[in-house]
Amino acid sequence: MTDVTQGRNHRAADTGPAAPNPYVESLKEALFTAVLVFLLGFLMVGYQTEVLQGKQMSYVTRYADVAWAVALMSAGRFLLTLTRFDRTLPALILGGLACLYLFGAGVIGVLELPIYESLFVTPDPLQPDTLPFEQPMVNVIFGLGALFVFAASARTRRRKTVGGQTIEVREAAEARQASFARNFSGILGPILIVLALVIPMKPWGDRQLVDSLVLVMTYVMLGWGLNIVVGLAGLLDLGYVAFYAVGAYTYGKLSTTLGLNFWESLPLAGAMAATFGIALGFPVLRLRGDYLAIVTLGFGEIIRLILINWQAFTGGPNGIGNIAKIDFFGIPFERNPAEGTMAFHTLFGLEFSTTQRVVFLYYVIIGLALITNFVTIRLRKMPIGRAWEALREDETACRALGINPTNTKLTAFAIGAMFAGFAGSFFATRQGFISPESFTFIESAVILAIVVLGGMGSQVGVAVAALLLIGLPEVLRELSLYRMLVFGGVMVLIMLLRPKGLLSYRVPTILYKDRKKKVMAPTPGAAQ
Amino acid sequence: MTAAATTHLADNTLLEVERLTMRFGGLVAINDVSFSARSRQITGVIGPNGAGKTTLFNCITGFYKPTVGRLLLRGPGGQPFMLERMDGFRIGQKAKVARTFQNIRLFPGMSVLENLMVAQHNKLMHASGWTVLGLLGLPVYRHAEEAARDLAVSWLERIKLIHVADEPAGSLPYGDQRRLEIARAMCTEPVLLCLDEPAAGLNPKESAELSALLLSIRDEFGIGLLLIEHDMSVVMGISDHIVVLDYGSKISDGSPLEVRNDPAVIRAYLGEDEKE
Repeated sequence: MTDVTQGRNHRAADTGPAAPNPYVESLKEALFTAVLVFLLGFLMVGYQTEVLQGKQMSYVTRYADVAWAVALMSAGRFLLTLTRFDRTLPALILGGLACLYLFGAGVIGVLELPIYESLFVTPDPLQPDTLPFEQPMVNVIFGLGALFVFAASARTRRRKTVGGQTIEVREAAEARQASFARNFSGILGPILIVLALVIPMKPWGDRQLVDSLVLVMTYVMLGWGLNIVVGLAGLLDLGYVAFYAVGAYTYGKLSTTLGLNFWESLPLAGAMAATFGIALGFPVLRLRGDYLAIVTLGFGEIIRLILINWQAFTGGPNGIGNIAKIDFFGIPFERNPAEGTMAFHTLFGLEFSTTQRVVFLYYVIIGLALITNFVTIRLRKMPIGRAWEALREDETACRALGINPTNTKLTAFAIGAMFAGFAGSFFATRQGFISPESFTFIESAVILAIVVLGGMGSQVGVAVAALLLIGLPEVLRELSLYRMLVFGGVMVLIMLLRPKGLLSYRVPTILYKDRKKKVMAPTPGAAQ
Repeated sequence: MTAAATTHLADNTLLEVERLTMRFGGLVAINDVSFSARSRQITGVIGPNGAGKTTLFNCITGFYKPTVGRLLLRGPGGQPFMLERMDGFRIGQKAKVARTFQNIRLFPGMSVLENLMVAQHNKLMHASGWTVLGLLGLPVYRHAEEAARDLAVSWLERIKLIHVADEPAGSLPYGDQRRLEIARAMCTEPVLLCLDEPAAGLNPKESAELSALLLSIRDEFGIGLLLIEHDMSVVMGISDHIVVLDYGSKISDGSPLEVRNDPAVIRAYLGEDEKE
């Protein structure tokens, strides 16, 4: 039975006495929402504490905002419930108009365009302004809510004309999304790489931008590293930051005690992190799923606690300072190099500038990240990569095929940890100072969020997600108070629209068709 | 039978199950079962539900450690393996015992061809120098992968799934998934193939095709097959030898004809006469 006939049934049933009246139902829902919003918002929105100059703590009331919030939210709920009863028109029109007004006006206000004052702010301070909320950003957020109502009604309308949401329709939609993600990634990947390479160049690159991008690229690299563990091997690792810390501290100690430079320490830091990965993995990898996640979470905390408490070795909460800054393969970036040595700017005959080091750091992290990416792509097509994915799909079947599950998982864990170690030592040389505070659980959570948001196993997706997750808060810094609110809203939207991640798709590691073409091609030549 | 306490197997015996007992706490799932299976033969294992057939398979393929008893297998080079002492995955890796599952266990998200490539993991790992040489792209590995792929393709052609080689295995119809699982097990190049109810859920035409496939595997590859099956037309039709289990004990052992007329078997399947 399609939705069209179902809709007709609804309407026919409406005349009967037992059927619920859509308007009454929607009104009930709206009332319930109003009460809920009032209870939740009355204290939090209605009162704001304020310290007035030289006086006691005081508060200001914002009853009008509470009233508006209650009114708008219950109106939205009313329209959404109507949509459920196939009355989509009011939601479509009202939602669309409200979105245009609130969102449009709000954005004009956020951007502080001069029209905002003349159009939406009344000159008389006692008269309320023409927008519901004083802060333009709050209007933008409610505008997004209206957009959601509009989108929901539009979707219901379209589904009604297309036909029911059968399994075939959904599968086809998923396949379409996957092939779109694949094509899009194919185009986006090279563009991103080229863009990343030219961005520090003169006309665009300023130091702050490059500095932010170094941070983003560090997370891209960490995301790609964790993608091996979580995306390919399917091992949920909540303590990934521990290996990042091991890498950072390895370089920190090697630099401050033995005086090794970054390039000498890099392989050692990777090896050290991989060793830790194996040491952790060996006892715990017989666990599956949630249990593994909890143990890795614990491991991350253990490493952090050791870093805090082992004063003599790690410097405790004070961390390690004075870590050698990065050098150009042995040639330092210094204004006044020691007697008889060269500095980077003298070698290349340039004016000394601190930006040179930042730009070099940027290219180093790009290089490291691209190596991670390249190795991951290669590994996926190796037998070990296929075994990782098979293990993710069905461990029991893998055993039956004679695949050693422990070793296979250990390699994934160790390789993932190694890349975290590389990233960690890069972090140490960039900061010049490391302390346990940089390696808290929230970092693990952010890296995992990047992998999941990007679409597990998708390399381009992870890069885009890192750009969003790390870059967006930086860009939104100007919104100050509402930064995290907008950020959270964007995350919710992505999860609603693309529950499997931004760009999730999977290309088989070996294709039959491709080869057929290759085999077929030389046949005419063979006749000669 | 007890005299065979050495690790020596009679000439054409492939698998020797000796006094196998498996207890789960107080429950005796298999009770003192002994039988042998030969190469180039299909050995059927039948019995009512809960007779211990799948437990027997799990013991042979290393998913369970038997409580008592011995499982002796003639490996690919003729050398004996004591399966009861081996880790689960090594039975597949070294002793070359492959199995399929009662509830199909493919890698549903991977393509059909990839499923068959994963089955050749150990061979390819070796050829890729435990990934190191493979990462460098040496020809040794490339040739090994080509060969592995040719083997996979030949199996796909045999089971008539070559047209869906690049599709996800999970999207195949049920009967195709059953055949793919058998092909995947065969890609490990086993000496003993254990099939757990391969005809379950197949229609008569598919069952007939399956019988033909199993017979061709027996004759062409010269390996032994161990077959659990409830579909009597399949078991009786293709088995060279049948073992009947009931409540964990062996109640009959012999050719299909002998087993069919064994009063103990009839009793187990149809129930005891009330008058006694």
